[in-house]
Amino acid sequence: MLAKRIIPCLDVKAGRVVKGVNFVSLRDAGDPVEIARRYDEQGADEVTFLDITASSDQRDIILHIVEACAEQVFIPLTVGGGVRKVEDVRRLLNAGADKVSMNTAAVQNPDLVAEASAKVGSQCIVVAIDAKQTSPGKWEVFTHGGRNNTHLDAIEWAKQVAALGAGEILLTSMDRDGTKNGFDLALTRGVSEAVRIPVIASGGVGNLQHLADGVTEGRADAVLAASIFHYGEYTVKQAKEFMRSRGIEVRL
Amino acid sequence: MTTVAVVDYGMGNLRSVAKAIEHVAPTAKVLVTADPAQVAAADRVVVPGQGAMPDCMRQLGERGLRQAVIDAAANKPFLGICIGLQMLFEHSEEGDVPGLGLFPGQVRRFPEEAMFATDGSGSRLKVPHMGWNGVEQAEPHPLWHDIANGSRFYFVHSYYVEPVSPEVITGSTVYGIPFTSAVARGNIFAVQFHPEKSAQAGLALLGNFMRWSP
Repeated sequence: MLAKRIIPCLDVKAGRVVKGVNFVSLRDAGDPVEIARRYDEQGADEVTFLDITASSDQRDIILHIVEACAEQVFIPLTVGGGVRKVEDVRRLLNAGADKVSMNTAAVQNPDLVAEASAKVGSQCIVVAIDAKQTSPGKWEVFTHGGRNNTHLDAIEWAKQVAALGAGEILLTSMDRDGTKNGFDLALTRGVSEAVRIPVIASGGVGNLQHLADGVTEGRADAVLAASIFHYGEYTVKQAKEFMRSRGIEVRL
Repeated sequence: MTTVAVVDYGMGNLRSVAKAIEHVAPTAKVLVTADPAQVAAADRVVVPGQGAMPDCMRQLGERGLRQAVIDAAANKPFLGICIGLQMLFEHSEEGDVPGLGLFPGQVRRFPEEAMFATDGSGSRLKVPHMGWNGVEQAEPHPLWHDIANGSRFYFVHSYYVEPVSPEVITGSTVYGIPFTSAVARGNIFAVQFHPEKSAQAGLALLGNFMRWSP
């Protein structure tokens, strides 16, 4: 049976991991390549880099990071942040990324999703959706890191990007992100059951039960987390052992 | 020094494949190449591939690599990955195109409607089949050496091969339905999953390929 995936996510700014990572015996707490390798060793199923570099003249740094990563890390790598055009997608894939995630650009120009998936294949295109609850049972899509409400219905938008050719959805609850209160399970389930492509749940993980809930209650195909892994609270292996104890199929 | 040609026909990133081979065989010379002469001269040949089968077949033809791949599959250690497996068959439902026809059989799409609607475990099966799934080895093979039966590998695909001859099936996987995830015949070994993205199990398989004397 297909395993549910656990995906650590690293925020990278100008080639360095934001806030650093606190593992035992890590040489450089800010080196994304070394950290990705450690997650590979722990049994992570994939790694995601979110490039939050603001200045355009530092944008190419991520390409070098991805190249170095491809030489040392032999699990899938997804890279997102600042992807505006098909050429950005192609450069990241050529550097060694397996999937490229797009968010704001997809909302501004939905054709980009269609064009990119036609060029490089749906399996390489992830659409990231940042959603906030606006009324009971209703979530809307936000862009620019949650500042800008697009007034798109999150579930309808998910269906639309799937129809355009996205291969996967990375769904983040802006209400839960950073709270450690767990995923927005109603949102996750709503999106996961509305589309036929895999959905990665994100935003709000504070403990291992939250990861399991994302799969069992939220029906997510994969769960993404950052801080619980970065600060050494839990290893990926512990997370998988916990999920297995809850009857969830994992790669251990 | 062993040379291995990673056949570049313009479909996707081959860097990961090349780097994974270099990792397991540091003394080998790994050439990512679109030159039929280099493919012909190499000791071992790897044919990766991602994207759509019709595009792959067209690119293979336009770049003059079709015969080089057929020749390699006839006479040297040959590893097909993903589309590099599917293209060995007679025909694909994807775009209704012919493959190289080295293995009798078809490439079919997962029955999406049925899989999405009915799944006993409660969760719905998505297409593409994306993630880590187990591979049951049909029989011992040098490329399975030191890889536990049932080990998980990384898959990402919507189509699967259906060989006519069951004796070529060396690996099987279940995703809603059982499907063939690896075939072997003589000097050919080909897999649906991505060994270059399958952590230790994948590296072990690539290492076995580099040591293989069929």
